[in-house]
Amino acid sequence: MADMADKQESAQESAQESTKAQALRLSRAIAVANAKIGRPVNLMEVCGTHTVALFRHGIRALLPSGIRLLSGPGCPVCVTGIPDVEAAMALARMPGVVLCTFGDMMRVPGGKLNLFDAKADGADVRIVYSPLDALNLAMDNPDLKVIFFATGFETTSPLVAATLMQAQDKVVENFYVHTVHKLVPPALAALLGSGEVKIDGLILPGHACTITGTVPFEFLAKEHATPSIVTGFGPLDILEGILMILNQIVDGKPSVDIQYRKMVRPEGNPKAQEALRKVFTPADAYWRGIGTIPESGFALKEPYTKREAVAALGPVDIPDYPEPKGCACGEVLKGLKLPTDCKLFGKACTPDKPVGACMVSTEGSCAAYYKYGGEL
Amino acid sequence: MCLAIPSKIIELDDIMATVEVGGARKSISLQLMPEDVGMGDYVLVHAGYAIQKVDEEAALEAHRLLREIALQMEAEGALHDPFDDEGYVIPPSMPPI
Repeated sequence: MADMADKQESAQESAQESTKAQALRLSRAIAVANAKIGRPVNLMEVCGTHTVALFRHGIRALLPSGIRLLSGPGCPVCVTGIPDVEAAMALARMPGVVLCTFGDMMRVPGGKLNLFDAKADGADVRIVYSPLDALNLAMDNPDLKVIFFATGFETTSPLVAATLMQAQDKVVENFYVHTVHKLVPPALAALLGSGEVKIDGLILPGHACTITGTVPFEFLAKEHATPSIVTGFGPLDILEGILMILNQIVDGKPSVDIQYRKMVRPEGNPKAQEALRKVFTPADAYWRGIGTIPESGFALKEPYTKREAVAALGPVDIPDYPEPKGCACGEVLKGLKLPTDCKLFGKACTPDKPVGACMVSTEGSCAAYYKYGGEL
Repeated sequence: MCLAIPSKIIELDDIMATVEVGGARKSISLQLMPEDVGMGDYVLVHAGYAIQKVDEEAALEAHRLLREIALQMEAEGALHDPFDDEGYVIPPSMPPI
């Protein structure tokens, strides 16, 4: 047994050694490509899991100083607007209502309070693992009105669409959704179109693209000449993705390509796309700190509109709260500022007492910078 | 938020399946699967739904990465077992996967 454990350990050590050797090889190739380009390069990642992975794997330490990494609007929790959180709280406070949501939504600040505060105050708010759990709760409790507060990018919205289709099939009349889903491509279009920030390449979200495939992102290369690579989450994946972007810049041939071939296919998941088309129609959406972006969210289609919680159970009173004073979340989400550039960062705004939404979610840029001690 | 975890199918029942990951079992929906799956196949699971088939090698590689992260978190003093009671690697304050 001891022998076997030793063998396993040494196999693991040699695997780690080879990861290190490969990482160094990629790191050198990146430095060579950066030298060929001959100027600093701004790369943006638009997925919170990437934001965290960049720190966790110490990627910045493996990159030449000419590569600057910016975090874009990559966390659906962070971009949920104050009015949407206020509406969720108002719904949860209604008698006979249970509001279910993912755990990370609980601490997102509304105007003054969050969902944990509302729960402490007597509202029935429950954390679920899946929208299906909320549907099952509705089926088990026909006397309650069960609302799923649905957030997320394209990875998550198809699951909510599928759950709504089931609710419809099973005639579960007491199941509703408060959807604040967001779409990644329109946000990138708005960001690149604004010209506010210079982005030389995009690290595209690995799991969202499992659903969408690369087609909705083709405009990045065609209209904006921005190299864009769908990248995985391991250290070698990320380094390889960055090298692929740099090689496109060197060759002067921007395209949308996939590094994460193990998980992402160019066509995406057609069945999930069909579920989205069946249940949702694109609608303008408000992104916290950024503003309204045309057709960057979803509204329900018939026959699902009757399950839109605010319309069905409202009206709800949503006070008009301004964004917190001094909070630079909007500029951080657009890549105009680093979290450390914000006056509140680490002082008035910490993960324990977040002012802005980017500090709330573990995958928010500010929370990641705070945890890993600024720009490493 | 958008993290998806490759999980092994150990039971099939119409559009539902039981998957195993990290030694624990979970019931998931196959409603969004674009292709047929069988016992022993690996699927990428996000918030209770399988969203794509993945080959075993890629699944095991992803598990290795998650395990490394879990160990790292333990070393960082994460407050609870990174393999939660459902067997999913959930960092302390992360949303459900």
